[in-house]
Amino acid sequence: MKRALLIVATVLAVFGIFGCAQGGGEIKIGGVGPVTGEAATFGVSTKMGCQMAVDEWNAAGGLLGKQIKLIYADDKGEPAEGATVWNKLIQQDKVVAIVGTVMSKVSLAGAPISQAAGIPMISPTSTNTKVTEVGDYIFRACFIDPFQGTVGAKFAWDDLGARKAAAIFDVGNDYTKGLSEAFRDKFLALGGEMVAFEAHPTGATDFKAQLTKIVQAMPDVVYVSDYYNDVALIAKQIRELGYTGPLVGGDGWDSPELTAIGGAAVENGFFTNHYSKDDTRPVVKEFVAKFKAKFGSEPDALATLAYDAMYLMLTGIKQAGSTEGAKIKDALAGISLDVVSGRVQFDASRNPVKSAVIIEIKGGQQVYRTTVNP
Amino acid sequence: MGSIINAQQIINGLQLGSIYALIALGYTMVYGIVRLINFAHGDFYMIGAYAAYGAFFLFNAVLGGAGGPMAVATLLFAMLAGLSIAALTNRFAYRPLRYKPKLSSLITAIGVSMFIEYVFSATPFIGASFRAFPAIIPQSLFKIGSATVSNYVVIDLAVAGTLMIGLTVLVKWTKLGKAMRAVSQDKDAARLMGIDIEKVISATFMIGGAFAGAAGLLAGMTYPRIFPYMGILPGLKAFIAAVLGGIGNIPGAMLGAYIMGLAETFASAYNSLLGEGIAFAILILVLLVRPRGLLGEKTADKI
Amino acid sequence: MEYKPVLQTLKRIGSWIVFPLLSVGDIVGRKTGRNMPRLTLAALGIYLYIYVLGSTGVFNGYVMHIINLSLIYVALAASLNLINGITGQFSLGHMGFAAVGAYVSGTFTTLLFKLNPSVPGAYLVFVGAIVAGGVAAALMGVLIGFPSLRLKGDYLAIVTLGFGEIIRTILNNISYVGGPRGLLGIPKFSNFTIIFAAAFLTILVIRNLVHSSHGRAFLAIRENELAAELAGIDTTRYKVLSFAIGAGFAGVAGGLFAHLLQMAHPTQYGFMGSVMVLIMVYAGGVGSLTGSIIAAFSLTFLSEGLRGVLDGLGELTNLPLGDLRMVIYALLLILIMLFRTEGLMGNKESKLLMLPEDKR
Repeated sequence: MKRALLIVATVLAVFGIFGCAQGGGEIKIGGVGPVTGEAATFGVSTKMGCQMAVDEWNAAGGLLGKQIKLIYADDKGEPAEGATVWNKLIQQDKVVAIVGTVMSKVSLAGAPISQAAGIPMISPTSTNTKVTEVGDYIFRACFIDPFQGTVGAKFAWDDLGARKAAAIFDVGNDYTKGLSEAFRDKFLALGGEMVAFEAHPTGATDFKAQLTKIVQAMPDVVYVSDYYNDVALIAKQIRELGYTGPLVGGDGWDSPELTAIGGAAVENGFFTNHYSKDDTRPVVKEFVAKFKAKFGSEPDALATLAYDAMYLMLTGIKQAGSTEGAKIKDALAGISLDVVSGRVQFDASRNPVKSAVIIEIKGGQQVYRTTVNP
Repeated sequence: MGSIINAQQIINGLQLGSIYALIALGYTMVYGIVRLINFAHGDFYMIGAYAAYGAFFLFNAVLGGAGGPMAVATLLFAMLAGLSIAALTNRFAYRPLRYKPKLSSLITAIGVSMFIEYVFSATPFIGASFRAFPAIIPQSLFKIGSATVSNYVVIDLAVAGTLMIGLTVLVKWTKLGKAMRAVSQDKDAARLMGIDIEKVISATFMIGGAFAGAAGLLAGMTYPRIFPYMGILPGLKAFIAAVLGGIGNIPGAMLGAYIMGLAETFASAYNSLLGEGIAFAILILVLLVRPRGLLGEKTADKI
Repeated sequence: MEYKPVLQTLKRIGSWIVFPLLSVGDIVGRKTGRNMPRLTLAALGIYLYIYVLGSTGVFNGYVMHIINLSLIYVALAASLNLINGITGQFSLGHMGFAAVGAYVSGTFTTLLFKLNPSVPGAYLVFVGAIVAGGVAAALMGVLIGFPSLRLKGDYLAIVTLGFGEIIRTILNNISYVGGPRGLLGIPKFSNFTIIFAAAFLTILVIRNLVHSSHGRAFLAIRENELAAELAGIDTTRYKVLSFAIGAGFAGVAGGLFAHLLQMAHPTQYGFMGSVMVLIMVYAGGVGSLTGSIIAAFSLTFLSEGLRGVLDGLGELTNLPLGDLRMVIYALLLILIMLFRTEGLMGNKESKLLMLPEDKR
C-alpha cells in the first residue's frame, strides 16, 4: 500500500509536469483565477466569463481560421501560486495570451513573467495602478482604484448632498482600501468632513465594533468599498444599529447575491459600476440573456469583466492577424471596441478609458441612476 | 473612551463571544479527552450551517412556514449533521492514529479540514459561492438604554449558556461524564476499570460535533452569509479562546470566548487598523502571565 | 516533448558529471573517515545536473520555477524542523519569520538602494540584503523564543501563531512597504544557483549543529526537558538559540522568495502559509532533514503535477476535474499520515546527512 501510494504520486507528478503539450490546430489562450481557496467564488465567475467568450467565438468560426482553446488555471488567490501558473501557461502550455487574474497581488506576481516572455495579458479585475505599470504587455479591463472612489465622493457630495462622511474597508485588501482612500481624499477636497475612517480584518463577519463607532459619529453617508458578500453583512449590521442614511460603494457590489443576503438593508444603496443591466445597448442585453441561459444566474461584475477582457484579447489577436505577442500588444494598444462594460480604449498606461454609471438599489433591483464620464 | 467602551460595544462583544463560545466548547471537550487540536472543528461548524440551510428549504417545501417549530427542526438537523461528520472523522481519520504520536493526528486534522473545505467548494450544487442564509426566526430589535439589541444576540447568549450548563452537568454528574473524565486523566487506568474508551471518545466527538453544528446554525442566522471556507477563521479564534481559558476546561472555554469577543470589539473600536493585532497581543500577554490559561489547572510535570 | 533525447541527455550528464563527483566524494570520505566531502560533492553533483538540464532547456522555465520553489520550501521546512522536530518546541508562526526576511531584504534592495540587476556589484549588495533579512528574522526569533521558556505545547503554538499574525497586521499598516498593496517592484535576483546554495547551507548548518554537542542539547530538550536540565544543560539558552537559528534561515528563505516572485505581500505569510510548512515537516518525518527535503519536493511537485493530470483527464472525460486538485491533495495528505504515521522518512536520516559513526 505504502509503496503503491508513493509510486502513484510520483507518476502523477512526473506526467503532470512533463506531460507533452500536443496539438497545433488550435490557438491556446490562458485564463487565470482563484478556483479554490477563500476567493474561489470570484475565480469561478471569472472562469464563466472567459469560457462564454471563447465558446461564442468558437461557434462563430474561431480565430484566424482556428479553434480557440481556453486553458484555465487555478491561482488559489496566492501570489506564489500565481507565479507558478504564469510559468506553466507560458513555458509549458505555450499560450499566446493570458486573461487573468482577479486579485491585484496575484496579477502583480504574474505580470513580470508575462512582460519578460512577451506574452500579452489583460487582467479583468486587478485595480491596483501598479499592475499595468509593470510593462507594455500588461493591460486591464477594469477601472483603477482612484477613479471609483473619486466618482463616489463626487456623487455623495453633489447628488446626495452629504457633508459628513464615514468609510469602512478591509484592511488586508488593497482594492477596498484604495477605493476608500480615494473617496476620503476627494471628499475632503470638496470641503466635506470625514467623521470616521474604519478598517476591518479580512474575513470578518462581525463589523459592529467599527459600525457602532461610525453610527455614533452621525455621518450623512457611509462609503462601503467591500465586495458584495461583506457589503451585505455590513449593511444589515449598520441598519440594526439604527443608521438609515445612504450607503455608497464600488463595482464589488455588483452581484445578485447582494440583495439576496442583504435584503432590505441594502436599499438606499448606490454603487459605481461599468454598465447597467437596464442598458439598452444590444451587446448588454444579449450578454445578460445568454449568460442567464448558460449558467442559470445573472452575471456579476467579475464574470462581465472577464468576458470583456477575453473579448478584447480575442479581438486584439484578430486585428493583429497573428499570434505574435508584440503584434497583439500593438493591436490592443490601438483598439476601440464596444463591449458589455462600455466602449473601451486603452490610454498610455494601458488602462481602459470608459465612463462609469451609478446604480441604485431600489426594491431589490439594480436601477440605473446616472452616468459619469472620466 | 466613551466611543470605545459603551453599552452598545459591550453587547457587540458579547454577541461575538457567544459564537466563539459555541465553537470553543466542542473544541475544548475534544481536546480534554484526546489531547488533539481538532483543526476540522471549524469545518463541522460550516457543515452545520449548510445542513441547516438545506433543511430549511426542505422543510419549507414540505411543511411550509417559518418560526419556532421550524427553528427547532433545523437546529436538530444541523446538530445531527455536525454529530455525523464528527463521528465519521473520528472513526476513519483519528482512531487509527490513537496510539501514534500526537502530532501525526494534528497533521491529519489539517488534512481533514482541507479535504472537507475543498470537497464542499468543488461539489457542483454547493459550490464556492456565498449563499444567503434564510431568516429561520425573523429578526426583531429592541432597545436597552441607548443600545440596540437584536433577538439573535439573546438567542445566541441563551443557547451558549444552556449548552455550557448542560455540558457541565453531563461531565460532572453522569456516568458518561465520569467515564470522560477518567479517560482524560489516564487512558490505561480507565480501560482497566472496564471503560470502553473508544466509545467514550466517540461520544465526545459526537457531542462536540453537535455543538459545532448548532453554532453553525446560529452563526448562519446572525451573519446570514455562508460559504465553504467560513469555518477557518472562527475555528481558529475559538481554538485561541479555548486555550486562553485553559484548554480542556469547559467554563474556561466560555470565559475565554467572551474575553476574545470583548477584546476584539474594544480593540477594533480603539484602533480598527490594528484591531486584530491588539487582540493577539492581549492574548500573548495573558498567556505569559498565566501559561496554562485563565482557568487551566496547574499540573506537575510527570517525571 | 520527445522523451528519448531527454533520457539520453539525462544519462549523459549523469555519467559525465554526477557519478565521477560521487565516486571522488566516496573515496575522500572513506580515506578521511568523514562524511562532509561526500555530502558536499553530492550536492555539487545534483546542482550541476539540474543546472545543465535547466540551461539546455530540457527542464523548461516552469519546471525550474517549481524546483526553485521546492528548494525554498526545503529551507523553510528544515529550519522549522530544527525548532519543532529537533528541539521539540511547537511553532505555528514560521512564515512570520520568513516575512521579516522578505520585507527587510526587499526594503534594502528595492526601496533603499533601488538596485538594478544589470549593474555590476548589485548582486553582492543583494546577498548582503538577504543576510540582513536573515539576521533581522533571527532577532525576531530570539524575541519569540522567550515565551517558549514559560509555555509548552499547544500554548506555545498559540503564542507563536499570535506573533505571526501580529507581524502580518503590522506589515499591513506600514505604507512605506506598501501595506495591503504589498512590497512591489522587487528586482529578480533569485535564481537557481543562490536558492540551491541557501537550501544546501541551511541543511548543512542544521546537520552539523545536530551532530555537535549543542545539537545533543537540543535533542535532550526534546526527549525530556527536566532530565536535560538536571544533566546541566542550560535549557533556556538552547531553546532561544533554536528559535533564533530556525528563524534566521526562514528569514533567508523569505528573502529569496520575495526576490523570486518580485514582490512580497502580507497575506503570503499568514497562518495558512505556516501550516503548509508544518505539513512538510511532519509529512517528511519529525527530526529528519532528509524527510523535510523529500516532503518539500514531493508536496510541491504533487500539487503541480495534479494540475496537469487532472486537466488532461478532464479533457478526455469532459468533466471539470481540474477543480478536484486540492481535494486529491488533501486526501493524499491524510493517506500519507494514516499509512506512514511517522512521516515519509520517520526519524531516519539519509546516510549522507549522518556522521559515519552514527549507525541508526
